[in-house]
Amino acid sequence: MTTMDTDQAAAPRPAPDATPDAGVPVVEMQDISITFGAVRALDQVSLRLFPGEVHALMGENGAGKSTMIKALTGVYTIDSGRIVVGGEQVEFGTPAASQAAGISTVYQEVNLVTNLTVAENMMLGREPRRLGGINTRAMNRKAGETLQRLGLDIDPASLLGDHPIAIQQLVAIARAVDVEARVLILDEPTSSLDADEVAKLFEVMRTLRDDGVAIVFVSHFLDQIYEISDRMTILRNGRLVEERMVSETSQLELVKLMIGRELEALEQIDREVAATDSADTGAPVMKVLGLSRKGSLEATDLELHEGEVVGLAGLLGSGRTELARLLFGADTADTGEVQFRSERRRLRSPRHAIDRKVAFSSEDRKAEGVIGDLTVADNMLLALQASRGWLRPIPQSTRTSLVQEYIEKLDIRPADPQALMRNLSGGNQQKVLLARWLITRPEVLILDEPTRGIDIGAKAQIQATVAELARQGLSVVFISAELEEVLRLSDRLVVMRDRRKIAERRNDGVSVSDVLEIIAGEARQDQEAHPRD
Amino acid sequence: MTDTLTRPTPSGSPGPSQAPQRRLRASSSTKALLWPVLALVVLLVVNVVATPSFFDLRIQDGHLFGPLVDIARNSAPVMLVALGMTLVIATRGIDLSVGAIAAIAGAVACVHMAGSSAEGAFATAAVGCFTALAVCLVLGLWNGFLVSVVGIQPIIATLVLMVAGRGLAQLVTDGQITTVNNDSFSNLASGFVLAVPLATVVAVAVVALTALVTRRTALGMLVESVGINPEASRLAGVRSRTIIWTVYVFSGLCAGLAGLIIAANTRSVNANSLGLFIELDAILAVVIGGTSLAGGRFSILGTVIGAVFITTLARTITNVGIPSEANYLFKALVVVAVCLLQSPRARAALRVRRVRPAAPSSAPTAKAGPA
Amino acid sequence: MSTATLPTAGPSTWDRVRTYTPSAKYYPVLATTALFIGMFGIGSLRFEGFGDPQVFLSLLLDNSFLIVLAVGMTFVILTGGIDLSVGSVVALSTMIAAKTLEMGWSPYLSIVAVLAAGTLLGLLMGLLIHYFDIQPFIATLAGMFLARGLCYIISIEAIPIRDQTFSDWAFRTVTLPGGYYIGYTSVIALLSVAVAVWVLARTRFGRTVYAIGGSESSALLMGLKVASTKVGVYVISGFCAALGGLLFALYTLSGYSLNAVGMELDAIAAVVIGGTLLTGGRGLVIGSLVGVLVLGIIQTFISFDGTLSSWWTRIVIGVLVLVFVVIQRVATRRQA
Repeated sequence: MTTMDTDQAAAPRPAPDATPDAGVPVVEMQDISITFGAVRALDQVSLRLFPGEVHALMGENGAGKSTMIKALTGVYTIDSGRIVVGGEQVEFGTPAASQAAGISTVYQEVNLVTNLTVAENMMLGREPRRLGGINTRAMNRKAGETLQRLGLDIDPASLLGDHPIAIQQLVAIARAVDVEARVLILDEPTSSLDADEVAKLFEVMRTLRDDGVAIVFVSHFLDQIYEISDRMTILRNGRLVEERMVSETSQLELVKLMIGRELEALEQIDREVAATDSADTGAPVMKVLGLSRKGSLEATDLELHEGEVVGLAGLLGSGRTELARLLFGADTADTGEVQFRSERRRLRSPRHAIDRKVAFSSEDRKAEGVIGDLTVADNMLLALQASRGWLRPIPQSTRTSLVQEYIEKLDIRPADPQALMRNLSGGNQQKVLLARWLITRPEVLILDEPTRGIDIGAKAQIQATVAELARQGLSVVFISAELEEVLRLSDRLVVMRDRRKIAERRNDGVSVSDVLEIIAGEARQDQEAHPRD
Repeated sequence: MTDTLTRPTPSGSPGPSQAPQRRLRASSSTKALLWPVLALVVLLVVNVVATPSFFDLRIQDGHLFGPLVDIARNSAPVMLVALGMTLVIATRGIDLSVGAIAAIAGAVACVHMAGSSAEGAFATAAVGCFTALAVCLVLGLWNGFLVSVVGIQPIIATLVLMVAGRGLAQLVTDGQITTVNNDSFSNLASGFVLAVPLATVVAVAVVALTALVTRRTALGMLVESVGINPEASRLAGVRSRTIIWTVYVFSGLCAGLAGLIIAANTRSVNANSLGLFIELDAILAVVIGGTSLAGGRFSILGTVIGAVFITTLARTITNVGIPSEANYLFKALVVVAVCLLQSPRARAALRVRRVRPAAPSSAPTAKAGPA
Repeated sequence: MSTATLPTAGPSTWDRVRTYTPSAKYYPVLATTALFIGMFGIGSLRFEGFGDPQVFLSLLLDNSFLIVLAVGMTFVILTGGIDLSVGSVVALSTMIAAKTLEMGWSPYLSIVAVLAAGTLLGLLMGLLIHYFDIQPFIATLAGMFLARGLCYIISIEAIPIRDQTFSDWAFRTVTLPGGYYIGYTSVIALLSVAVAVWVLARTRFGRTVYAIGGSESSALLMGLKVASTKVGVYVISGFCAALGGLLFALYTLSGYSLNAVGMELDAIAAVVIGGTLLTGGRGLVIGSLVGVLVLGIIQTFISFDGTLSSWWTRIVIGVLVLVFVVIQRVATRRQA
């Protein structure tokens, strides 16, 4: 399985003395366990939702948050444990059953239909009827009333698609509310919103909370959590870490709980890269100035040098992947320019970047990397072949030797070039994808979460490979949610938070706790500069 | 899926099997071809039972004759069109205009020959055919442009030419059924090379050429890559636009060639009826051959078997004595059978053991066809 | 400083008419209507007698079956699907009608048989598409083959319809003021359009159709009855194809297996020209009606001209479809 903490007790600790008496929970999930195949997605996790409270559900990727929510909303069936709603045990076989029990969910992608009106989106399925058809006037009126109640000034007869995403999200909430929900689950509702829109959302949330609705708020944005939540539950690796009151937990403590290391243990992590002479780095290979993209990244500058590993550190949602994609041309930037050695460019496509010797390994290998029905050999040679064009196939002997070389170098198993990519484990798939890029002999290699979801052995191999590549002169951008991994490999650190770069420094004895301080410290500075409430 | 926790051995992992010189992925593709081959065999058996002389071959004037030879000859047009269709479908597209393109090709060639002073000359035939194929190239470029540059859904982009193309063909022939008196041209359909029908030779040659180009260059792999995961291919630097454009051009050329053979067979061109519904037969052949309509891995051999199957089916029906109109019913059955075989839901329904689903499948999104 | 304060009335009717801007969803239909009016205008200027309102009414008469077909096709395309079987179902309907009448059935019973057959086929295709995840293209292709095959099974030769009641209906007309007439068949066609407009705009089923076209997964998550609606649109299309077939039988008074070959393409073209997106979710039935009229007027143009060959129809239709699709593409690209 994944790494274990020796000091982590197996039993969940909701810390009852930490929680003031908020009455009876409207929903209680007790010792929920769910297993998918060989993976334990949830291991005896408990969650208590009290009416009139905003409850933040927190944890990094793979912690089990979405599994927990899907268990509550009837999408997944529970292996063991129980769900108690209003004091009675229930079993949700379908999403409809969960909705009927008063649990509504608003997902990250607005799951509404943009080609219908606002009122229809809110009320379709429960609309007022007349003479066998829909009573449009009454429907619009009722929808208008609900919107008013939430303080939203939206024309119910307007088309949903005519409104920006933020408004659409509010309509999604309005729909959920209209169902007389007792529990409202908001899954990453602020990912695409700017500050004003977030403020509006929070107003609506407060109104609902004051009405007695129990709100579950899933988010990565720490300052938002602190602004709106009353209580929080932290998950890690499918287990419950703690349930805490927000007012009694500092941001630093929170981040530690999420990442899961005790302070002392953190400061003892080996740093192999410390051994290298980090005094001189090579010539600049690539430079970006003012790179930004609306909704993804604020204007950022970055410089990459030969033989240097730049680590992007930050929590999920901080903008690391967005920056990486913009560096590669996978997304087009709104502003900013890219400089390669002496040449200035706007990167318009991956093809452009690859021609300039940039390589990018995406964090979502399934959707953006793996070509499942092709062989390992084909997957490995894809980028190189694409560079050569279809008319010049790679000679068979070169194919064999290249594929063989990397199967051995990265220890890919099964060591069969003809194996279908989709039959490989995640770790081996990742290694094949890494080989794909290394074969193109890039000058800049951008790795987004290359060790996610793979075992220790493979992780170590990949990390060793990255270090070796840097020694050979490659410029590497390394992204990982595991801070100690970033610190182990990086010569220079770029710390990101809430879609912008907040700090950059040489990695000379920086520890994980230092980085966490930086991330948390931002919030403190922010608060002091702009005090709220 | 979790790996073992053993520490990696730096060297000493077992040597991988050498990439064989022959075509890759042979084992999985032979399994996939089992069903269509089996179905074909069933048809052949039915034929032999109905007419014991079905497998008879005789040589006359140095040429082969017999029902099997007829099938080989008659399957050439469908095979050619299906070949082009295979690559288009592999990129998640579809080409509905092939029938119209075939008609245009026949029209251009026949009109050229009929209007020429040396109507029967070989050179006239050659020029006529060459012009026809050049026109098809342009039509293929047009289709490819609409799909890869403008970004219109393939089904509607090729629908435009499907509708307008017949009109264009009629324009070329001025609404007349143009007959042509050119032996070199009619040889295309009825002639022989050594002992084998020329049409078959042409079809086989194009099949072989296609197999060569797709498997000996990187084109086949890139086409499959674009069809399986367009986004990953884009991020890997694959020029999908060029590839998609190319397959539509190829489809147009194949359709043109098929049109020439059909016209040569009847020694005339009827712009209204030449190649009518051949696109449906082609799609059917591709699907029977195992290539999925959703794009990705394709099988040229499968398409060939599919094309032969369809031709044999038509032959079988008349042989057994059922009126040839029943062809439609059988095709309907075949389509449904193939789709059910390919549908995971249907396969799951047939399985007896119940596997507990790891997670419910996400909501299906239906589209009008290969999008 | 201030004038006397009168109670402020809302905008007067004239104001509302004056400042009326149609909502964006009507733009495609308005474009198509403008095209139709334009063509009608050009025709009236160019040809003697083209501008006669009877010409317009004849359009309805000659294309009533296609109107009904386009109505059914609109439902299917709005969900993002397609129905290739409608032409063959029309042929099958004419065959069933002709055969049953020949066998001596009462015309009312014939009608029931025809409608039942079309509806049943639609139901089968819908079930295949939704429950077995078969793509609409290929499932309705099978339906097309099946229907065409059944035609031939019934009879290879054409069967004339000699039943008196039937023939009466075929020629029955409604006289309008001014001496103009309109066939019963046209009335049925217009009625079907009216019903479709109401269903799509004012019933939960109709709005669910749009929702599925917009995003099927969202519709599911919203708790809408996606399954029954998806199957339902194919049932409707089958029914409309059968009804269209009846109208066609009234038009030609015969049953023939080679009827209506390629008619599904005309229906699809009409729907696309009428402004409905092939990807689903956007479009109006009224647009499909106008689309049929546009197709019809091209035909009329050519017959009035006399010199233009009939194949220009096809070319013009192809070009029109292309133009509308490109416009749609550009418009949606800008929205995205």
